[in-house]
Amino acid sequence: MNNIRKRDIMSLIGCFALYVVMQLMIMFEIIGPFWELNIVLIGINIILSVSLNLINGYTGQFSIGHAGFLAVGAYTGAIVTVKLGLPFELALIVGTICAGALGFLIGLPTLRLQGDYLAIATLGLGEIIRICILNIEYVGGASGLMGIPRHTNFAWVFLVGVIVIFFIKNFVNSAPGRACLAIRENEIAAETMGIDTTKYKVMAFTLGAAFAGTAGVLFSHYFYIAHPASFTFMRSFDILTMVVLGGLGSMSGAITGAVLLTGISAFLAEYPEWRMVIYSITLIVLMLYRPQGLFGNKELSLKMFKLGGGNNGRTAEGK
Amino acid sequence: MEELLKVNDISMVFGGLRAVSNFTMEINKGELVGLIGPNGAGKTTAFNMLTGVYEPTEGTITFEGNLVNGKKPYQVTAMGMARTFQNIRLFSELSVIDNVKIAYNMHVKYSLPEAVARFGRYFSEEEEIINKALSLLKIFKLDDKAYEQAKNLPYGEQRRLEIARALATEPKLLLLDEPAAGMNPQETHELMEMIRWIRDEFKLSILLIEHDMSLVMNVCERIYVLEYGCCIAQGLPEEIKSNKRVIEAYLGEEVS
Ligand SMILES: Nc1ncnc2c1ncn2[C@@H]1O[C@H](COP(=O)(O)OP(=O)(O)OP(=O)(O)O)[C@@H](O)[C@H]1O
Ligand SMILES: [Mg+2]
Repeated sequence: MNNIRKRDIMSLIGCFALYVVMQLMIMFEIIGPFWELNIVLIGINIILSVSLNLINGYTGQFSIGHAGFLAVGAYTGAIVTVKLGLPFELALIVGTICAGALGFLIGLPTLRLQGDYLAIATLGLGEIIRICILNIEYVGGASGLMGIPRHTNFAWVFLVGVIVIFFIKNFVNSAPGRACLAIRENEIAAETMGIDTTKYKVMAFTLGAAFAGTAGVLFSHYFYIAHPASFTFMRSFDILTMVVLGGLGSMSGAITGAVLLTGISAFLAEYPEWRMVIYSITLIVLMLYRPQGLFGNKELSLKMFKLGGGNNGRTAEGK
Repeated sequence: MEELLKVNDISMVFGGLRAVSNFTMEINKGELVGLIGPNGAGKTTAFNMLTGVYEPTEGTITFEGNLVNGKKPYQVTAMGMARTFQNIRLFSELSVIDNVKIAYNMHVKYSLPEAVARFGRYFSEEEEIINKALSLLKIFKLDDKAYEQAKNLPYGEQRRLEIARALATEPKLLLLDEPAAGMNPQETHELMEMIRWIRDEFKLSILLIEHDMSLVMNVCERIYVLEYGCCIAQGLPEEIKSNKRVIEAYLGEEVS
């Protein structure tokens, strides 16, 4: 157990070191404004992909409505700062709670559906959220909610990202998290082992939705605007692609997927006509040669580089 | 003797098929009871009703005086019944030890905040769970494979892991659905010894479904026989062995 504590502290120190290096590079303009913007975007996408991975990867519930919760966070957060003039920290909390509450309400009835049906239901719900926002004049309707102050910066995104990653990592390595994994593996057996499957499915869905809301607040407070067009089902698919590309059920995978896809998009910004072509080819090639995603459901660890070290990384921590 | 499980006249109807028909049974504390019958007799269906997977169309099931009808499987498990499956249902991508740890979940007391922020009872309880899981795995000679993926175990060990996992829920009644299926005679013999040992060591009752008559005869103290959903005989192994209807049901099979 002490080992776990030690490893947690080491990872936190590692994160802090990474933060300091990157912050210095931004301060001394080694990383220019274009890449700074993309790094913030990568951070937001990491939060989105690891939170969707909690639902789709760890709990095995195929949801494709994540952009809806992103939108809820973006708008409710903006209401707090713009309309009510309250601080950004509060906006983060409110956005998270609102998206989580909506996730809970939506999760209760829909999580009884399985596989394809759940996918279609969540896709529809994501769109319903967007259409609702589109028709609410209070938040700007079709022209979006403008004049949002830029509170988000690299430091905020990094901090929230680390908190969310640690939250989910610790969750998966605890009893409630194992219940979610059991549901993914075999729902009937999980139920027979004393696990209230509905409860844990709703829990994972709620947490995933809540973190998508947090990402939404960061998003709208970086780009000055919350616009319905940013939250279409294409956005949901983007996030889903990151998770599947990295490997469902792998934290390292979700992070890598977000970095890779956002990075490719940024690199190709100069060649907009080639962007979607290269993006699509990357995906096709990957799915042909590694259909389980870059990481499968394993985690990045030193063991991966040793011969025969193919053990499920998630459990490595329990040793 | 104290009564643990009371099954009162239960039936299960699937469309036009009466998979189980007016079945009555009781199990006392510490008993090792067998449930046998030819293919499709309704044994697994009976198990599914006992464990809340199906709700009986008619009749009642009580466990320690509490009604089981209408309870969900996880609630039945919490009451003190645990089962294995005829077609193995392990958490196959997870490690062997995680399979067992999951079954301890019901007894975990730490809260969600304690789990995600790792404070309070988290560390002490996790350590306890790991130790309990390892000692249980040791009993089933699986401790050296604790961190292997469950799906990579050989068949016989997967069956043993299922039993270990069921025991981790700390049941009062263990239901085993053809635990020896697919095992070789040597493994089967060891398993039967083990089942008796488990009953004594963990002080629980066991209901065992088995296909192979001779096997049940050796290990069970009382036997129920199902055929086409109906209970055609019950009693001590000696009585079952010489029962004419049972011999007919198993026509062509050697009753030893
Ligand atoms: N969910 C279901 N829907 C419809 N029919 C079912 C269902 N489950 C079982 N049956 C039918 O009920 C009958 C009893 O099946 P059951 O699985 O209980 O038999 P069994 O005694 O366990 O047989 P075996 O020795 O082959 O395992 C069979 O005819 C089976 O086809
Ligand atoms: Mg059966």
